[in-house]
Amino acid sequence: MVDLSVDCGGIRLANPVMPASGTFASELAEIIALKRLGAFVTKTVTPGKRQGNPTPRVSEVPGGMLNSIGIPSKGVDAFVAETIPLYANFDVPLVVSISADTPDGFADICRRVSVPGVAAVEVNISCPNIEDDGRAFAMRPETTLAVMRKLRQATDLPLWAKLTPNTGEMPAVAEAAAAGGADALVVANTILAMSVDIRTRRASLGRVMGGLSGPAVKPIILRMAYQCVRAVDIPVIGCGGIMTAADALEYLIVGCRAVQVGTATFVHPGAMLTVIDGLEDYCRQNGIERIADLTGTLSAEAHDASLEWEAIA
Amino acid sequence: MQAATLPTPAPTPSLVAPRAGEFDARILANDPVNAEYRLMTVAVPDGSANARPGQFFQILCPHSGALQPFFRRPMSIYRIEPEAGRLSFLYKVTGTGTRTMAELDPGASINLFGPLGNGFSLPKDGAPIALLGRGVGLATMAPLVSHAREAGHAVTAILSARTPELVMSKDEFLEAGARVMTVTDSEGTSAVENVENMLHALHGEGRLGALYVCGSNRLMLAAQRVSRRLGVFGEAALEQQMACGVGMCFCCVRPFRQGDEIVHRRVCSEGPVFPLLEALEW
Repeated sequence: MVDLSVDCGGIRLANPVMPASGTFASELAEIIALKRLGAFVTKTVTPGKRQGNPTPRVSEVPGGMLNSIGIPSKGVDAFVAETIPLYANFDVPLVVSISADTPDGFADICRRVSVPGVAAVEVNISCPNIEDDGRAFAMRPETTLAVMRKLRQATDLPLWAKLTPNTGEMPAVAEAAAAGGADALVVANTILAMSVDIRTRRASLGRVMGGLSGPAVKPIILRMAYQCVRAVDIPVIGCGGIMTAADALEYLIVGCRAVQVGTATFVHPGAMLTVIDGLEDYCRQNGIERIADLTGTLSAEAHDASLEWEAIA
Repeated sequence: MQAATLPTPAPTPSLVAPRAGEFDARILANDPVNAEYRLMTVAVPDGSANARPGQFFQILCPHSGALQPFFRRPMSIYRIEPEAGRLSFLYKVTGTGTRTMAELDPGASINLFGPLGNGFSLPKDGAPIALLGRGVGLATMAPLVSHAREAGHAVTAILSARTPELVMSKDEFLEAGARVMTVTDSEGTSAVENVENMLHALHGEGRLGALYVCGSNRLMLAAQRVSRRLGVFGEAALEQQMACGVGMCFCCVRPFRQGDEIVHRRVCSEGPVFPLLEALEW
C-alpha cells in the first residue's frame, strides 16, 4: 500500500493531485469521483460581479490552449453564500482562489472568504494591479512582498501564492512571496501569448492576447518550479501542462510537494484521477512507500549516454 | 414581452437524465451525405445511447500530426437509438477536427464524452409543435421529431437550405412522422418574411403550439417575432465554440436577456437549449 498523502502549505492532502483554478466546478461531481482528489481549488472569485471578456475566449494551438476568459465572477458575497456550501459534503480540503485589483482589495476579500469550510486561500497575484499601472502583482518582488504582507494580516488560514510565469525574476518573486507570509507557492499561471487566424487576419482571441496552457508550456513551467524550489523553503505546487502521471512525476522529482492539473481536464474529464492512479503505480513499481519521499529526488549523477539510448530504443 | 405568461413546458417525459461519461465507441459507418456533410454512426457501451434530443457529445478527433486538434469537438446528436446502442452525428467538414474525423473508417474507435447539456422540453398539453432549422441545426433537431411523436405531439418541420440539393434529412424527418416543408435560397422561399408567414399559417391551422429553432441567427430572430406575436412557447438550440463542455471554463458564453439585464450564460451547461425569447442575436 502506497502512502500518497502529503503535507502541503499548512494542510494535509490525501494525495498530491488537485485541480488548477478555473478548470474545476461542482458540475464535475456528476462526471468523476471528486472525493478522490487531494483538494478542491475553486475558480477565482473577485470582490464584485464581473462579466468576463468578449468572445472568442479560447483558442487552441498545437499542444495547448490560449484563453482570455477574464475571470467572470458572481462576487464574493454570492460565492460565500452559494458556492462554499456546495463543497461541504465532501471530505476534501477546499482551497478558495481569490483576486482583486489593489492590495487592500486583496486583503478585504481574503478576510471575507476566511470562513468555516475553507482550508486554504490561493491568492491569484498573477492578475493586474491597478495601483502599479496594470502590471501583475507577481511580476516584481516589491509588489509581491507588499500584497503578501497585507494578505498575511488578513487571515489565519494557509495562504498559497499563485505566481505568474510572465516575469524575469522568478526566484526573487518566489522569495518575496515566502517572506511576505505565503505557506506555499503555486507555480504557475499561464504564459502571455497570442495567435492569429491567417484567413481573417484577426487575433484568435477577442482580447487579442491571452494565457497559454497545456502540454506546450510544461518544460518552461517545470524549469520555473525547479527555480522556486531552490529559492524557498515553503512547499511548491507545480502547475503547468500536466496531462499524465509522468508529467506530474517530473514536477515531484524536481521538488514540488503537490501538483495541479488544469487544461487536461478539458480534454479528458477524468485526467486528475488517471494521474492519481499513475502516481500510485509508479510508486509501487519503484518500491516507494511514501510519495512524499519522491519530492526533490532529482539526480545529480552524470549522464550515461549508452543507458539512455538503450532506454529510448 | 410575454415570456412570463407563456405555458411552462413539462420536463421531457419518460427519459431519465443520463450520466455523462467518457468512453470509446466503435465506428459503424462514416459516409458523405452530400457535398458538405457526413454522417457518422457509432456503437456505444450499454446505456450511453440514452441521450435526450438537444444534448450533445464532446468528440475527441484523432490528431493529424502536429498535436492538433487539441480540444474535443462538440456535436449534437443526430440519431439516438438506445435499444440498438447506436448514436449518429451529422457533421460538416470545416476544420482540423472534422477533417480528421472524416478520415476514420468503420471498425476504428473514437473517444466520446457525453451526453452533455440540457435537451428540449415539450409543451405539457400534447400541443402540436413546429421545428425550424437550417444547416447543421437540422442535426440537432432531428431526434426531437420521433421523441415528440412518441409523446403524442403532431410535428411540422420547416427545413431551410441554400439549394434543394442541400436540404438534408427530409426523408429522416418524414419517416419519423413529421410533416415537412422546405425553403431554399435558390428558389427564393427562404427569406424570413416568407418563413414568418408560413409559421403564421401553421398557427392558423392549429399546428403551431410550440416552436423550436436551430442553426441560423436570422431564423431565430424570425421565430422570436412569431413567438412574441402569437404568445407561443419556444426554445432555441444555440452553438458556440467550446473547450470543456461541462461548465468549468466559461469559454462558450452567449448574451441573454434576463428581465432588464443582459447576462452571459454557458451554452454547454446552461444550454445548449434555451428559452427562445431570452436568446440574443449573435
